[in-house]
Amino acid sequence: MSATLATAAFDAPRAETGPWRRAWRRLARRPSALFGLVVVVAFVVVALGAPWIAPFDPIETSWSAIRQAPSAVHWFGTDDIGRDVLSRVVFGTRASLLAGVVAVSISFALGVPIGLAAGFIGGVVDGFISRLTDAFLACPFLILAIALSAFLGPNLTNAMIAIGVSATPIFVRLTRAQVINVKVEDYIEAARALGNRPLRIAWRHVLPNVLPPLIVQATLAIAAAVIAEASLSFLGLGQQPPAPSWGSMLNTAKNYVDNAPWMAIWPGLAIFLLVLSFNLLGDGLRDVLDPRQR
Amino acid sequence: MFQFLIKRLATIAPTLVFVSMLIFGLQQLLPGDPAVILAGEERDPNVVAYLHQKLHLDDPLPVRYAYWVGGVLRGDLGESVRTQQPVLDLVVQKLPVTIELAVLAMLIALVIGIPAGLVSAVARGTAWDHLANAFALWGLSTPNFWLGILMILLFSVQLGWLPASGYVSPFESLSQNLAAMAMPAFVLGNAIAAVLMRHTRSAMLQVLSADYVRTARSKGLTERSVVLKHALRNALTPIITLGALEFGTLLSGAVLTEQVFTIPGFGKLIVDSVFNRDYAVVQGVVLVTATAYIALNLLADLAYFASNPRLRP
Repeated sequence: MSATLATAAFDAPRAETGPWRRAWRRLARRPSALFGLVVVVAFVVVALGAPWIAPFDPIETSWSAIRQAPSAVHWFGTDDIGRDVLSRVVFGTRASLLAGVVAVSISFALGVPIGLAAGFIGGVVDGFISRLTDAFLACPFLILAIALSAFLGPNLTNAMIAIGVSATPIFVRLTRAQVINVKVEDYIEAARALGNRPLRIAWRHVLPNVLPPLIVQATLAIAAAVIAEASLSFLGLGQQPPAPSWGSMLNTAKNYVDNAPWMAIWPGLAIFLLVLSFNLLGDGLRDVLDPRQR
Repeated sequence: MFQFLIKRLATIAPTLVFVSMLIFGLQQLLPGDPAVILAGEERDPNVVAYLHQKLHLDDPLPVRYAYWVGGVLRGDLGESVRTQQPVLDLVVQKLPVTIELAVLAMLIALVIGIPAGLVSAVARGTAWDHLANAFALWGLSTPNFWLGILMILLFSVQLGWLPASGYVSPFESLSQNLAAMAMPAFVLGNAIAAVLMRHTRSAMLQVLSADYVRTARSKGLTERSVVLKHALRNALTPIITLGALEFGTLLSGAVLTEQVFTIPGFGKLIVDSVFNRDYAVVQGVVLVTATAYIALNLLADLAYFASNPRLRP
């Protein structure tokens, strides 16, 4: 009986205070981070449910409804060729979210292993990777993305690749810096003394301990990638017409700002809200997962 | 200082080599024969043959790279397929417009960002702090091309105070030049102001808890004197250094801002070249940008080194 009680007493707090559970509890206490999370989830729902949520076909033109102001039929008004702006904003969520997540997944998948190799192996490998990273970082993010999508050809997939590749050096540098800090810790020394192979140490012991700041960076990078996709689409290098994208909607809207301002307001507001939410969530995660960076 | 400079230059050399490889490598991403694509839509066989010979496309890759780098080192960045002008001339023509925009934007960012960060740190936890943080979040989350459109809507369409687009050289009319640049510079400065505000806030919070600030306070100095003379002066060095690194953001932002306000600068050059398939110009712009960024980084490092006596031997 007493043995059971003792086990329960030890088990209960451990289950309650696992690192991820503790992080979630702290995050839930931050209204701004929770707001960010709720809005991001809402956008995901809108993206997935776009065909059921959008009142009209986003690419269907109507010559009798050109540049109509917001009304009971067209809540956000119509554009220069009579398409429903609300439906285009709803479907545009897909391109923005997809670009944000796919581009950052590319950066993460490339940057983390390269950074891990640089930090863990050190020496010549580190020198080579660091100089290569410096070279990428010397080219301003958007200018590199523009150049890459120009050479790859303008479409959404290439824009995502261009943004992902351009953002990779940030992940390389961050992972490397974290690994250099972690690899001198006693538990890594202990893992080595136990005869673990370097690859296993890097994968099982180093990587889990450098993940929290990388998750924070990934969240903030999604915000940057959403703006980057909108920027490339605004320039005509991302999603191609007639497929809806917030950036390309703004590109058209700038020509009608004097007689159809609603065309510019809603897609811009959508970008702002999504980016703000990822930024709030990222800031909240940083406070929770990486208090040193606060 | 000299030793530091040599060490720093030694790390820059390989970076520059990689930058050149990266930019040269962009050409390899073009599907098919680069000469056919570079020849433009007409694809004149004579032009294709000429480009094959000029770009040494029949030579192995390392040889082609050596030719290209050799040209770059002599200041030959190739020539525009559209205008037949040397790329370097095009870049040099457009650069002053973008530099003016960047300098005005940076001034606006400094004027907004540093006081906002200062107030936020000194009045930590108050309504002012929350307001400054909200401003920073707004600045970081607003796409500058959208802000540009909204400003055109308000200040040009509704109020009619400022021109919606166009550029007038300051040598022609300074007042018209400033009127045309006011909105683009604000739009571009807004995001940098947000970053500077955050840097200032964290640097000031760190400095305000330092021993020498406590000593200054215990000497009976006024709070104004403690904050401005003792704390801010020490916090400024990292702020300015980090501010210099925002040059990349400034140039990226300039591409979009110039597009919204139709300003014939560097950013408009790269976008127009992309649509004209003028790849040599795209490469040239990226190369000049990256080299300028590396040079500015070096200057920022040197300024930091010179202003921080603890780093000296």
